[in-house]
Amino acid sequence: METKLLSEHYHQDDFQNLAGYKKQGGYQVLAKALKMTSQQIIDEVKASGLRGRGGAGFPTGTKWSFLPKNNEPRYLLCNADEGEPGTFKDRLMMERAPHQLIEGMIISAFAIQSAKSYVYIRGEYNEPIRIVEKALREAYEAGFLGKNILGSGFNHEMDIYAGAGAYICGEETGMISSLEGLKGQPKLKPPFPAVQGYLRKPTIVNNVETLAAVVPIIKDGAAAYKKFGTEKSPGTKLFSLSGNVVRPGNYEVPLGYPLKDLIYKLGGGMKPGKKLKAVIPGGSSAPVLNAIEAERATMDYECLAQMGSMLGSGAVIVLDDSNCMVDMLGNLTHFYHHESCGQCTPCREGTGWLNKIVSSIMEGRGRLQDIDLLVKVADNMKGRTICALSDAAALPVLSFVQKFRDEFEYFVREGRSKVRGISYAQMHH
Amino acid sequence: MFQLSNEGLTKVKKELQRYESKDSAIIPALYVAQKENKGWISPDVIHHLSQVMDIAESKITEVFSFYTMFNKKPVGKYHVQVCCTLSCALNGARELADHLCHELKVRAEEMTEDGRFTISKVECLGSCGTAPMMQVNDRYYENLTPESAMNILRGLK
Repeated sequence: METKLLSEHYHQDDFQNLAGYKKQGGYQVLAKALKMTSQQIIDEVKASGLRGRGGAGFPTGTKWSFLPKNNEPRYLLCNADEGEPGTFKDRLMMERAPHQLIEGMIISAFAIQSAKSYVYIRGEYNEPIRIVEKALREAYEAGFLGKNILGSGFNHEMDIYAGAGAYICGEETGMISSLEGLKGQPKLKPPFPAVQGYLRKPTIVNNVETLAAVVPIIKDGAAAYKKFGTEKSPGTKLFSLSGNVVRPGNYEVPLGYPLKDLIYKLGGGMKPGKKLKAVIPGGSSAPVLNAIEAERATMDYECLAQMGSMLGSGAVIVLDDSNCMVDMLGNLTHFYHHESCGQCTPCREGTGWLNKIVSSIMEGRGRLQDIDLLVKVADNMKGRTICALSDAAALPVLSFVQKFRDEFEYFVREGRSKVRGISYAQMHH
Repeated sequence: MFQLSNEGLTKVKKELQRYESKDSAIIPALYVAQKENKGWISPDVIHHLSQVMDIAESKITEVFSFYTMFNKKPVGKYHVQVCCTLSCALNGARELADHLCHELKVRAEEMTEDGRFTISKVECLGSCGTAPMMQVNDRYYENLTPESAMNILRGLK
């Protein structure tokens, strides 16, 4: 069973429009919020324990409270640059419930006293861009955006910015660079965006799902929100389930939900004749779990961290026993090499070398010591760069090699995949 | 030499006014220009944008070269981008891309002789639950098989 705090009405086509959204009580929470003080909203969000749903899991209310206490203009940016492989929940939210996001953003903007916000949507998402643009027009016409919103005296302008294809722009400072009209390269922190972000002004960057979650928190209060989930991971979360399962899709469940129930009960389990082999529980950057670990994992920040992985964006990628882990790691190293922005040497060079080494193993040119070399290169990429992409590239490598080392050794010795029995050339003619 | 249409020029001028920083208009302007230049950004596009926007060519080139959605060489009338990242790869995306290339007798990233198609293997497009998928120009096609994908391409005018 899902627990649909956010996604209850996603199946209704008219929920996409203002009229349909209002029928379900849409924008009533905004009216309530505008009668509160900014500090009351921040306190409520803090008390709810809401943590960032984009990947890092940082407490949202705490992030907001880092803003300087002065009257300097500040910006709110919605991170809709969904690019973490396996993640497709923000797309669903924008397509099915654009007003939920907009309402959450106006409330959040009021909380941080921001007069201007942007929704930064990845450029490939043409459909979500079109839908959010239309919803923005509706919200302006209805007086939910612009001057003196609902007679509260609060002014807010919201606009969309379309990215142009770069994973790194999902990193908050990379996104800020991109919005400023530069290459989407991350910036050194500190200063954190809350102090110096977009155009060097205080800026809060929150994920789509995070901002949407502000609506039920203000509607029913932090205590009601905390009834869902675990003590350290309150609330519900949308999980994007993909890979080798019968029913892939987005599922909203309370945090702390058993991973095996997500895969077997909601996702319909494995295809006939196939067994679970591995799960990447939080987007491609999260260290892989083997089948035994996956059986006992629960989907919350603390359990997955304890197991050496992470909840990340909530993208659960399921691999069955027909997959060659060397081949799949090669797929990931290729991705990170392609997406490294090239700014920091350990990442630019490291992602390239990781990809070269895995490729050489797959092409039958590998040596046994190359497996340790992979680990060494990956180790040297961690914690040495401006942003987390380098770590994100290193973590899958370390976990794949650690948990499926026999497959790497077999590939080196035999020149073919242990699982599929064929060489790389035969796999990809 | 490339020149924006009147309509394109109006759009670019509007984008120049839209954001706090003028440079933020570079990406939107590149989109407008790419549409008017058969799907790619040639050096004369950058030269023209530089003059129209009064922004240095080097600055525009820097942005243009960073992002994957701006094509660095001519592409077919239909730019077919098959996502080959993990979730799609687990569902046969790479084989699907190979099938399309084989049927159209073209290599990945190259244009068919008649100029109709370019097949690209690209990274995650956020359609992991409906894999395999392809993006043809602006549109997503999901839950494909090699055969259904080929049928879609055959059905395009």
